[in-house]
This record gives sequence, structure tokens and C-alpha cells, in this order.
Amino acid sequence: MLNYAIRRINLLFFTLLVLSVVSFSLAYLFPGEALTNLSGIKSPTSTQFASLIRAYDTEANYFWQYIAYLRLLFDGDWGVSFTSQQPLLEDIFRTLPATIELSAYAFTLSILVGVPMGVLAGLKYHRSFDFGILSASLLGYSVPVFWLALILIQALSLQLSWLPLSGRISLYFDVPIQSGFILFDIIKASNLDRAAALQDAFLHLILPTLSIAILTSSIIIRMVRRSVLDVLEKDYIIAAYGRGQTNIQVFWKHGLRNALLPVLPLIVAQFTILLTNAMIVEVIFSWPGIGNWLIQAIYQRDYPAIRGGMLVVSSLVIMFTISLDILLRLIDPTKGRINRVAI
Amino acid sequence: MMKRVPIFLLLFLISSCSDIRNNELSKNGLIYCSEGAPATFNPQLDTSGTTADATSHQLYSRLIEFDPDTSKIVPGLASSWLVSDDGLTYTFQLRRDAEFHTTSYFKPTRNFNANDVLFSINRWRLTDHDYHSVSGGNYPYFVSLGLSDVIKEVNRLNGYRVEIKLTRPDSSFLANLATDFSVILSEEYAEQLLAQGTPSLIDSKPVGTGPYKFVDYRKDSFIRYQKHENYWALKDIPEQLIYDITTTDSLRLAKLISGECDAISYISSSEIRAVDQRDNLTLNIKPGLNVGFWAFNTQKPPFNNAKVRRALALAIDKNTLIEAIYLGSAERAHGLLPETSWAYESLQNDTNYNPVLARQLLEEAGLSSGFKMDIWAMPVQRAYNPNATKMAEIIQSYLQDVNIDAQIVSLEWSTFRERLNEGGHDSVLIGWSADNGDPDNFYRPLLSCQAIKSGTNRARWCSSRYDDLIQEALLITDIELRKIYYHLANAVLAEEMPLVPIAHAYRYQAYSDRLTGLKINPFGGIRFGDVEKN
Repeated sequence: MLNYAIRRINLLFFTLLVLSVVSFSLAYLFPGEALTNLSGIKSPTSTQFASLIRAYDTEANYFWQYIAYLRLLFDGDWGVSFTSQQPLLEDIFRTLPATIELSAYAFTLSILVGVPMGVLAGLKYHRSFDFGILSASLLGYSVPVFWLALILIQALSLQLSWLPLSGRISLYFDVPIQSGFILFDIIKASNLDRAAALQDAFLHLILPTLSIAILTSSIIIRMVRRSVLDVLEKDYIIAAYGRGQTNIQVFWKHGLRNALLPVLPLIVAQFTILLTNAMIVEVIFSWPGIGNWLIQAIYQRDYPAIRGGMLVVSSLVIMFTISLDILLRLIDPTKGRINRVAI
Repeated sequence: MMKRVPIFLLLFLISSCSDIRNNELSKNGLIYCSEGAPATFNPQLDTSGTTADATSHQLYSRLIEFDPDTSKIVPGLASSWLVSDDGLTYTFQLRRDAEFHTTSYFKPTRNFNANDVLFSINRWRLTDHDYHSVSGGNYPYFVSLGLSDVIKEVNRLNGYRVEIKLTRPDSSFLANLATDFSVILSEEYAEQLLAQGTPSLIDSKPVGTGPYKFVDYRKDSFIRYQKHENYWALKDIPEQLIYDITTTDSLRLAKLISGECDAISYISSSEIRAVDQRDNLTLNIKPGLNVGFWAFNTQKPPFNNAKVRRALALAIDKNTLIEAIYLGSAERAHGLLPETSWAYESLQNDTNYNPVLARQLLEEAGLSSGFKMDIWAMPVQRAYNPNATKMAEIIQSYLQDVNIDAQIVSLEWSTFRERLNEGGHDSVLIGWSADNGDPDNFYRPLLSCQAIKSGTNRARWCSSRYDDLIQEALLITDIELRKIYYHLANAVLAEEMPLVPIAHAYRYQAYSDRLTGLKINPFGGIRFGDVEKN
């Protein structure tokens, strides 16, 4: 186990290293002065310029420049954005919680819907309920996320005016930012009607969460259904029936756990796909998350922001994947071995 | 069974939606979706419409105001005023009951008085003023009209009486004091900031006497204002006014429809139908104070010949242009001024489509064999000309009928304006939006000799006859008499035809029918001081 963890952490370390090299070289690949792209300061005064040259070590060779870049990254000095001239790290810490919050809710919803539906479909194999769920999930799986979001807006916001279509909460509520997670901030806030604010934030959550969750739940339904079917054919299930157990007993004691264990890593791996979808959906719903922020940066050719955003999003995805790997290995120690044999 | 749960959930949510729309909070707040972030919170420093919309009538008051319905000048912070017979001295009697905003960063100890007027005017007028160079020290509106030269001195007669002396009579002076840009700032706040050593905060953490006071601003996201309880002309306005900065046109419209905004800025003529179809939305239409025109470079032959210019004007059918380009959202322009201006001449000579007469005039000018010319079409969309390139194409085909071979020139906008100022064009399709209700704001910047230098006279046309008329008009305060001068100037223009006025585009304002009192302000920024919500 320790061995496995060390190997994973090693992988994490080198991937992050490669990412930092890529982000550093972006400053040279983007048009314009590398120093401007790194620092984000467009027209520095002469004293500023001198201190920038010292900080980024631009007179040394690439290797030492890279080392200086890493040092600044760890010091938390990521440069400033071209457009707002605000420190990038501040912008990232302001927008990232919104993305994480949205993805977390969507993921929870996907699991809450996907797993029971998948199990039910598996149990009712080739009956109308199964076909119903299967075709619904096929539809959900095939529809592009951005299109679905637009259709939901068209129907529920524009035609019926039931749900709001942009932002995290109505601007009537002046929620002081503390953690960046809106629900948490509302509960902490003292200057407003919390119940009304929570309700409003909740209404704002529905459409973006649904647009992301529909795709992910469809995938989860199909995976769980398949796995339940596989398990139900296993010898130990037949043996359990042979011992005279009822359907419910067989399913709870032997079926469910064995069916879910192999799909768990696959389900969790969906989170990274969901995160990408969340970034697309953010733009459509003007959700103030990192995806929206990054798209704005791309439109405005804000190179320091693109560089910082890319670094943070990709690091996040990699760290998440690798820590999940380790976690899953803890839950299911057989996984790695089987894999090795299989390969 | 499980499948029903989300449906129940949805039904529950839907049932709760209707009250969030009409709850107390939304009654006490007004959300305006604006198209961009203001450059500053002091409209003295910027002439852009976005800045004026966001600040001018919400945070501040002026000495005098334009009435948006009658376009007459009405009392503001000055309860009355007197103009001396020679038109050189203006005396203002000030209100005593106007209070400045009490905010988290400033508590006023006194009401508005003469010192605030002196401070606000002297800030842009005197280059050696303590605050003149704060926040860049550029006051574009006042500089473009040369107002610092027009004002000789500003005197405090007593605490509530101010006298302004001019160097020469200028009948558009009062109109200039009523524009979005002539706001009154707090002298007490300025003194306090100067003592703190942070004078530039006066333009980013504003204090004024307007109906709303500043609370919070997040760049490119929102502006939050709160009702000023002690506003001198307080109406039953909502507690909060929020500007939701939404740069995408379609998203603004979507938010209006879904009820997330109560009113939106800039709606294009193609989006009007979507608003019309909704019962709960109101659309106001008003002819705007603007003019789209086709100007000839009168310094270049053959356009230095008035006959040629008249021939070109006769060769095009303005009605077709208006139908094709403005899609019915404009009025035909007979002269420079739209109908909303008090100096509008209803019986003005207008050119009608007459290619036969055009050919005849060209023949008289010795150009019967035709010639080549350029039409410069501005590359950006403006209310006064939503599609200059397409308009140029239609004009091109009209000109073919009278044997003129026209080439369309379209350059990138900044290069376009640069080359235009150099006078490289033969003719150009462009326009003008006025900043105040005074007719001088059309006549002088568009066609006076002085305006060739400052770059707004696109025809590069200079006529002493015309210049004298509009200069004389400024020396007269009697409106009826001034009208005659402008009508005489119109006659000069009809004869000389330095430019062909094409259309006055309408202005649109779309808003929720829960609002009452929202009017289109033809002279600039939106005004929320009279807007109530139920």
C-alpha cells in the first residue's frame, strides 16, 4: 500500500512539474513580451521594471528563469491580470469556490439519481421500466450540455418565467463574501433574510445543476445497470437463491455491494468530466466561477490569466484524480492487483 | 416510484417561485441591466453614455435640469436664476434644503450651499485648482465646448446665491449647465479627502445630492445604490437601485424577460418584437436627439461645387434607405435637428428623390460624363446608422443611375476616424448624437469652421455666412428670435448641401410594467429619481 501511495505521489509530482513547465513556456509562446505575459503589468515604471527583471530573473538562462518562476508561484505571486490589474491568485480564489460548489451539487445529484435508477433498471431487466430508463439515459447521454442548458433556459426561464437564468443569487441580496461558497456565506451572513436568500440561491442553482447532472446521471445509470446485471448472473447469487433467500435478501446482502464496488472508481472518475461541463455551463448561466472567468480571459487575450487559470484547473484535476486513486485503493485493495494481472 | 420524486420537488419549487418574484425584497429594489461598467463615478471626467447612465442622475443633481418631456430648463439645485440684460451675468438662487449623502465614508455636517457650486465648477475651470489634476485632470465635455474660456468668473454672493460672469454672451450656457456632466460635488467631502491625502477617492467613492447614494461597486459585475432618505425631491422610490452589468445584448433581453432585470439599456431594433410580445413589458419609443448623415468633403473637387453636392443629394431616395437600414426605427431627417428640438423647422426644404434633376445639375457642373468617388462607411453600429456599409451599397447603386462610379471604403474604426480627421475621404456616412437639448449642439460641432480643426466637421465645410448666423444665435436669449437664426442657417444648408441629413433614429427603452415613471431622457443619461416600483 505504502509502495502504491509513493508511486502515485511520485506521478503527481512529475505531472505537476510538467504542468508548471508548460505554463512557464506559455509566457514565451503567447505573443508579446515574456516578462509582460508573466507579470501581467503592461506598462511598468522604470523602478517596477527593474524589480520585475530581478524577481523573474529574465537576464539569466531559461532554467534559472523557470526556477524564479517556481519560487514566485510558491510565494503566491502569480502576477496580475491584464484587464483588471488584480492579483491573479485573488481572482482564482474568488472564482474557484463557485465552480467547486456547482460541481459538488451536480455530482451529488447525479449519484442520488443515477445509482438508484441504475439499480432499478438492472433489477427490472428488459421490462418496460428498464427500457424507459434506458432510453431516457440514452437521450441524456447524447444531448450536448450547452444545448441542454439553452433549452432549459428557453423553456423554464424565458417561456414560463419560473426560474432565474443567471448568477448565483439575486442582486437584491447583499451577501458578504467569506468562504466563496454561497450557501455557506448566506448562513453566515447577518444582514439579510436568510430563509429568503437561501430560497433564492436554491432557485438559481436548479438550472445549472440540472444541465450538468443530467449527462452525468445518464452515464452513472448505464454503468450501474450493467454492473447489476453482471452481478446477478454470478454463481454466488444463484447459490443464495438456492439457499431459499428472497429477492430482497439476495439483493441487499449479496447484490448491491458487489455491484457497486467495481463501478465506484468509474463513477468517481466522472467528476473530472463533470468539472469540464461545469465550466461550459458557467458561461451560459453567468455563474461567477473559474470557467466563466477563464473564458472571459481568453476573449480578452488576458495571457497571464489564461496561464494561471490553466495551471490551477489542470493541477486541480490531476490532484483530484490521484488522491481518488489512493482512496479507492484503500477501500478496495484488490483493485490494483487485478489490474496488474489484467495488464 | 423514484422517478416521481424530482417531479414533486420541481412542483414544490415552482409553487415557491411566484412569491419570490413579488416578495417584499423585489418591491424594494430596482435592478437595471446596463451594458458596461462606468469609467468613473464622476461624469465631469467622462462623456461616455455608460458613465452618465450609471452616475449622473442617480448620485448627483445639477443647478438646473432638463425636463425630459418638454425639453425646457427647470429648477434643480438652483431654485431660480436671473440673466442680466447683456447676457453676461447669471445669478443663481440656491435651495437651502438639499442634503449630501451620508455614507459609510462621509457624514456631512452642513447642507448644500454656494461653496459646493464654486468647487464643482472651479474644479474643471481652473487649472491651478487643488482638484483639477486629480483623476487625470481631463474634463472632455467642458474642454470640447471651450467652457473654461466662456466663464470669466464664478462668485459667491452669499451662502445661497452664486453669480457666474461670462466673457461673451452664450445662450446655450444654461443648457450646458443642465447636461449630465455639470454635476454638483460636495466641497466639504473634498476638503476632508484632501486632509486625508486621498483626493482621488472623490471620483471612486462618490458623494452627491441625488436620489440614490453609493454603497458598493464590483468592477464588471454590479453597482449597488441605496435610497437617499433626505433627497430634496424625494419620491416613493425603491430602497435599493442595483446596476447589473451585463455586456451581452441577448442576455440583457433574456434577463428582462425572465424578470431578473426591471429595465435594460440599449435594445436594438431587431429585439423589439420580443419585447412587444410580452404583456408584462413596456417599450417606450422616442425620436432620439441624433442625426445620421452623408457628408461630402467640400475641400476636394468636385465636391467643392455646391451644384454637385445638391445633385448627389437628389440622386438618392432617403425613404428607401430608412426602410432598408433602420427597419422603420427612424424618422426621415429634413435637416440637422430632429423634431424633439425646440428649434425644429417644420417647413424645412428637403431634397426629394429626383435623378432627372440630379443629372441636369451634374451636366450644368460640366460632369455629364460622370466621375469616380469614394463613400466611406463607418465600420461600427450606431443608433443613428445601424449599418453604414449596407447603406453605402444602396447609395452606390443610386449613383450608378446618374453615371457616378462609387467605391465603398471601410477601415478599422480607429484608423477610420484617424484618416477621416486627415480629410482623406470624398464622402462619408456617419452621424451625431447630441449631449444637450440646445440646437447649438448640432449646428456648431457639425458644420462650423472651428469644428474642422476639432474633427467633428466631417464635411470640412467652412462658410462665414453660416458661422455668423449660428454665432449670432448664441448672443440672443429670446427663443423665438433664436429660432429665426437657426432657420436662416437651415436655408444656407439647403442651398449649400455640405451634407445630406438622412435619418433621426428612435431611442427605445424596455422595462417591466411594475415600474412607473421611467422616461427616455433625450438629452443623455437614464433617470431613476422618479421611478417607482410596485
